[in-house]
Amino acid sequence: MGIKPSTPYGKDFGGCGLVGIIDRSGGSLSGSMVVSSLCSMKERGNGLGSGYAVYGAYPDFKDSFGLHIMYNDISAREPVEEFLKTRLRIKHSEPVPVKKLHSMNTPPEFWRYFADPPEDLDVQDEDANDDLIVGVVMEINERIDNAYVVSSGKNLGVFKGVGHPDEIAEFFRMQDYKGYLLLGHTRFPTNTPGWWGGAHPFTILDWSIVHNGEISSYGTNKRYVEMFGYKCTLLTDTEVVAYLLDLLVRKKGLTLSAAASVLAPPFWKNIQDMEPPKKDYYTALRMCYGNASLNGPFAILMGFDNGILGLNDRIKLRPLIVGRKGDIVAIASEESAIREVIKEPEDVWAPKAGEPFIVKLKEDVTQVRST
Amino acid sequence: MLYKNPYNNYFDYVVQRDMDKCIRCKDCVTQCSYDANFYDEERDLIYSLDSNCVGCMRCSTFCPTDCIRIVRNPDTFRINANWKDNNVKDLYKQAGTGGIIITGMGNDKPYKNYWEHMVIDACQVTNPSIDPLREPMELRTFLGRKPDRLEVNKDGDITTKLAPQLVLETPIMFSAMSYGSINYNVCESVARAAKELGIYWNTGEGGLPDTLYEYGKHTIVQCASGRFGVSPEYLNAGAAIEIKIGQGAKPGIGGHLPGEKVLEGISRTRMIPVGTDAISPAPHHDIYSIEDLRQLIYALKEATRYEKPVSVKIAAVHNVAAIASGIARAGADIIAVDGFRGGTGAAPKSIRDNVGIPTEVAIASVDQRLREEGIRHQVSLVAAGGFRNSSDIVKAIALGADAVYIATSALMAVGCTLCQQCHRGRCAWGITTNDPELSKRVNPEIGAERLVNLIRAWSNEIKEMLGLMGINSIESLKGNRDRLRGVGLSEIELQTLDIKQAGM
Repeated sequence: MGIKPSTPYGKDFGGCGLVGIIDRSGGSLSGSMVVSSLCSMKERGNGLGSGYAVYGAYPDFKDSFGLHIMYNDISAREPVEEFLKTRLRIKHSEPVPVKKLHSMNTPPEFWRYFADPPEDLDVQDEDANDDLIVGVVMEINERIDNAYVVSSGKNLGVFKGVGHPDEIAEFFRMQDYKGYLLLGHTRFPTNTPGWWGGAHPFTILDWSIVHNGEISSYGTNKRYVEMFGYKCTLLTDTEVVAYLLDLLVRKKGLTLSAAASVLAPPFWKNIQDMEPPKKDYYTALRMCYGNASLNGPFAILMGFDNGILGLNDRIKLRPLIVGRKGDIVAIASEESAIREVIKEPEDVWAPKAGEPFIVKLKEDVTQVRST
Repeated sequence: MLYKNPYNNYFDYVVQRDMDKCIRCKDCVTQCSYDANFYDEERDLIYSLDSNCVGCMRCSTFCPTDCIRIVRNPDTFRINANWKDNNVKDLYKQAGTGGIIITGMGNDKPYKNYWEHMVIDACQVTNPSIDPLREPMELRTFLGRKPDRLEVNKDGDITTKLAPQLVLETPIMFSAMSYGSINYNVCESVARAAKELGIYWNTGEGGLPDTLYEYGKHTIVQCASGRFGVSPEYLNAGAAIEIKIGQGAKPGIGGHLPGEKVLEGISRTRMIPVGTDAISPAPHHDIYSIEDLRQLIYALKEATRYEKPVSVKIAAVHNVAAIASGIARAGADIIAVDGFRGGTGAAPKSIRDNVGIPTEVAIASVDQRLREEGIRHQVSLVAAGGFRNSSDIVKAIALGADAVYIATSALMAVGCTLCQQCHRGRCAWGITTNDPELSKRVNPEIGAERLVNLIRAWSNEIKEMLGLMGINSIESLKGNRDRLRGVGLSEIELQTLDIKQAGM
């Protein structure tokens, strides 16, 4: 198991369950919390892929890029490390601690590397630093056999693989991690079974994406991001969402909510009814970034360094529900998963089709980037 | 030497008439504009001079008793797989006249049609299809230059100055057909339909008659190598300007309007004398290279105060991808690529049938090339040349076109039966003729209505196909080759179209 399948499909599809939890005050949430929430939706997956993202996982290395790398064959470690040394200064590296389970045959091996850009790169120039990391990720994924970058953000750990949510949590010892923002995903793939790299979250830099749905516009989106140097190598349509977000927000300079309006644009008939500045704004967004809009049924959670963006397709063909109690906000496929972690929520509601739900850390809370 | 041309006996069609059913109404005689049918008063019989018949079906359509059948002439030359019927006939014609054989409409040779080797994906289970009768389904399309990124200020207002755009309510436009090649009534039909549909029609290179200026907001005015009818008023009358470099039916040569068709109104609009052949130069004599094209693009933009997008139309030829890339970099906002099945009012047959490439492969390679250069999202790409139905259009957009141009299909909606006699100016259906009597056969009101019907029908079909793909907006089909599969194509063909084999 764990070998990248030789399927000719460029993407996979299926049903899924997802959850995101954030403590807006920046407090530490136990990794077990997201596990129990996700496990309540076990029947939404089929044991062929689960995963977690923990923001705030590595406070000791919070200013370094944390690269989680999956080795289908450990022989790939040497070329990867050789390559990393040519691009980055590695501060620390170690195997990701795992608990071997009888239910898993030969899982891949996971290593994590905490690395800084070379000294000649200006630390203040975030964009150049980020470009460097994106380039490193693309190159490893594309060029080095049997090695895949699982995550590449700061103070972010992503743990995913083939198995039910409880198995993957046990394997990666999720109870040992704490974070202010947690994402979880269980998968019901109808394609690419047994491929560890195909489990969610999909990440690039601080973006991590969990997704329930199928992207009918995948071909359009993939060919659009490819124009800007992104390469879709992980055999799933969700990967492209991570790259779209990075492109729209980091390279095209859109705000998160503008990016969400690109991914799930308002219908023309609604734009028609808007007043001029707003009308021109949405018209221009659709006109210029139509290739980036996502079509098909989806509920997506996008984690970033200080919040979560939840988004449904324009006609809400997949479930997404929000619950809140104090500073704790949870977003999930099912209300039961919210009530699993927020016993008596103050509010529970379903975001409207195509309207982004954004929850951020409180303004005085800074967790990740010290710059 | 007494010589009889063997061609005379081996004409294409035979008019069969059931004289028991014929009521001698003589409708077939008056309807035929090629003098194929005549009435013999003495014997009270209607005859046909079969050699004059072009197979346009006008007489059989109008026969009130349905007594006429137009059938292929069973009389044939000795069967020869090498010397096919048309090879033999063309040779005799040329031996008799010494002329270039001129024909009308698009390439009719049995080249491989790639539309027929591509199939469309649909949703099942994992992804719900969308029902366009119950959910919104969007076809609105913008053509014109797009910025690489939009700058937004602190108040959330867009500060990037956006280039002018054509806004289409459905991704279909009427392709260039000049006033003169088609008559005024057909031009008016097309213009009216474009206005009603919220799309655009294209004047072709024949200028814009004064009385059609009211349709300016839905008009693309063309500037071709002959510069017929080009004036500052004309350029400013349209919503966009198109520089015609080439035409799919006859790449590498200019437009032809036989003098027989140049009557008063056409002469005035084109600014040429009545009865003169309007033969456009093969190249634009101010464009001998890409930098010259750039100058013309900007001259036209200057002349219209940068208020209108400029399109450059080229014929699909071998190196079309590189040429299109140059055109994008020369400042064109829209690139129109016309494949070799595109129609024409008049073209040398040898050129129409043998020069150029299919639009399917041209669009695939142009779109790919512009992507490799990272500029595809900044320009619009319009495919032209042989669209027969809505599924051809869906496939073209999935290959990478933003919109398509149709012309042959539009004429068919008005009544064209593809008899390929456009160049003769005697069109029995009243389309490619300027004869005042024949022109009356097209009523602009009915013509417009039929065009509107056709585009509405196709648009509804496109919506259905988007819906079954689980897509509710045309943007998500653009360049989405993932939703196409090839059937019966070789590996290199699949590779050129950049689509997968069905079953993969």
